[in-house]
Amino acid sequence: MTRPSGLAIYAFSYLAFLYLPVLFLPLFSFNDGTIVAFPIKGWTLEWYRQLGGQETLIQALVNSLGVGLTAALVSTSMGLFAARAYVRYRFRGSEASEGLVMLPLVIPGIIVASSMLVLFISIGIKPSLTAVILGHTFLALPFSVSIMKSAFDDFDPSLEEAAFDLGSGVIETFRRVTLPIVSPGIIASLLVTFTVSFDEFVLAFFLSGNQPTLPVYIWSQIRFPAKLPNTLALGSLLLLASVALLVVAEYFRRRSSKSTI
Amino acid sequence: MGLLNPRSEAAKGYALSAPATLYVGFLVSAPLIILVTYSFWTQSYVTLDKTFTLDNYREALTDPLVRHLLLRSIWIAGGVTILTVVTAYPIAYFIAMKARNKTIWLLLITIPFWSSYLLRVFAWKLILGFNGVMNSALLGIGLIDEPLTFLLYNEFAVMLTLAHAWAPFAILPIYVSLQKIEPSLLEAASDLGNGKVQRFLRVTLPLTIPGIIAACLIIFIPTVGDYVTPSLVGGSDGKMIANLIQVQFGAANNWPLGATLSLLAMMSVGFVAILFVLSASGLGRRIK
Repeated sequence: MTRPSGLAIYAFSYLAFLYLPVLFLPLFSFNDGTIVAFPIKGWTLEWYRQLGGQETLIQALVNSLGVGLTAALVSTSMGLFAARAYVRYRFRGSEASEGLVMLPLVIPGIIVASSMLVLFISIGIKPSLTAVILGHTFLALPFSVSIMKSAFDDFDPSLEEAAFDLGSGVIETFRRVTLPIVSPGIIASLLVTFTVSFDEFVLAFFLSGNQPTLPVYIWSQIRFPAKLPNTLALGSLLLLASVALLVVAEYFRRRSSKSTI
Repeated sequence: MGLLNPRSEAAKGYALSAPATLYVGFLVSAPLIILVTYSFWTQSYVTLDKTFTLDNYREALTDPLVRHLLLRSIWIAGGVTILTVVTAYPIAYFIAMKARNKTIWLLLITIPFWSSYLLRVFAWKLILGFNGVMNSALLGIGLIDEPLTFLLYNEFAVMLTLAHAWAPFAILPIYVSLQKIEPSLLEAASDLGNGKVQRFLRVTLPLTIPGIIAACLIIFIPTVGDYVTPSLVGGSDGKMIANLIQVQFGAANNWPLGATLSLLAMMSVGFVAILFVLSASGLGRRIK
């Protein structure tokens, strides 16, 4: 075995820097004490057990799930069609349209949040879960477009032509040929856009009014030191959920890239 | 698609991309127009005065607090950008040129990014606190005698937290530009007698400038308007412009001033970004 190079050592320490902060949350969520510091006093599941009884938390979770599912469905449908247009058809302004759709990725969060709040109030949409859904769909769209684009990139157009030649209509071809082939991409996009919405805070903070999503609920709890262990437990569950969703999404994204025959 | 004439191909393209384009187009332009309109109005308590005035701009531009926070936001975002890109470059280089399993490495780099941003910042707050993880660990192993106080609630904490949060956004664009380099160019440079360092400075680095520029913009632009990090780990010395904007839309209930501040923040970001792209691409040309 050769001695590891300086670069490799640096790479592994960087990886530790990336992971350690995130791993402290679950570690201290099992700590039998209310102060987050070493040494760990003992191990307990009490903080997790207490979560089940908090009604505002359950309501926030339900809100987040509803917002996430709706935003994922809407952004993935729009992304699916737009990605097909960008990959398959040549038309004037295609690049400009693609650039525009990617814009939500780079606008500072506070500016998106404040300007949407002003817009929604002006057109009569009160701060509510509906407002958050509209905002999250906007933020999630670039993710869905780029995932669906790579799904269509690997799709052989002659398969659709064959279906047409064999007498299938547009809708039947879409349902029986296109959809099955790009479906791993669709699943990946749904999972990723759901995660984007599920974890998003600033926009929901501005737009949710008196219907907090889970991150907004966590924000309200961070201020109370007595609630810290519960917040840690909740945060750890959220971390676990996000990572699990990503791993599943990644699996489907790969399948979509390999599915061309 | 040979059966279709180009006209209907274009029509299909427009029809399919229309929902996404119109949705984003509307949600980018409409708020902007309304924000600009609001910035010319004034508000006292709950009454909105819709007479045209430049008072908000006058107030924002003469108030030392606004100028201070805006400059600090740009300074912090700039610092974060440089810190993140400089520390991320070797990782991108390692993954592109040395790592045996690139896919695994890229996956490992991106996984932490998929956890909630709020929670990652919260984790740093717990780590850097006076009675926090870092201080208790250092005290425990006897490296320090009393807790370090310079860790939390200052610009350093904000920069460290943001550099952690944005790491994948620096690594990925640089990795992509490193991947694109033709191995034959590197061989040619070595054959012409360049050492490793010289070859890196004269071939590899200039060819990755587009990736570096992309990384800088992706990090700098959103960071200027970051709200969560300065709120949680910034303390009073680490507050940024987003905190002031939030106050206007929240406790102070002065939406016109908030709108003005949002627009000023956006314009400063745009100005710095354009200046940066121009000077960076000029530098890129000179190296070549």
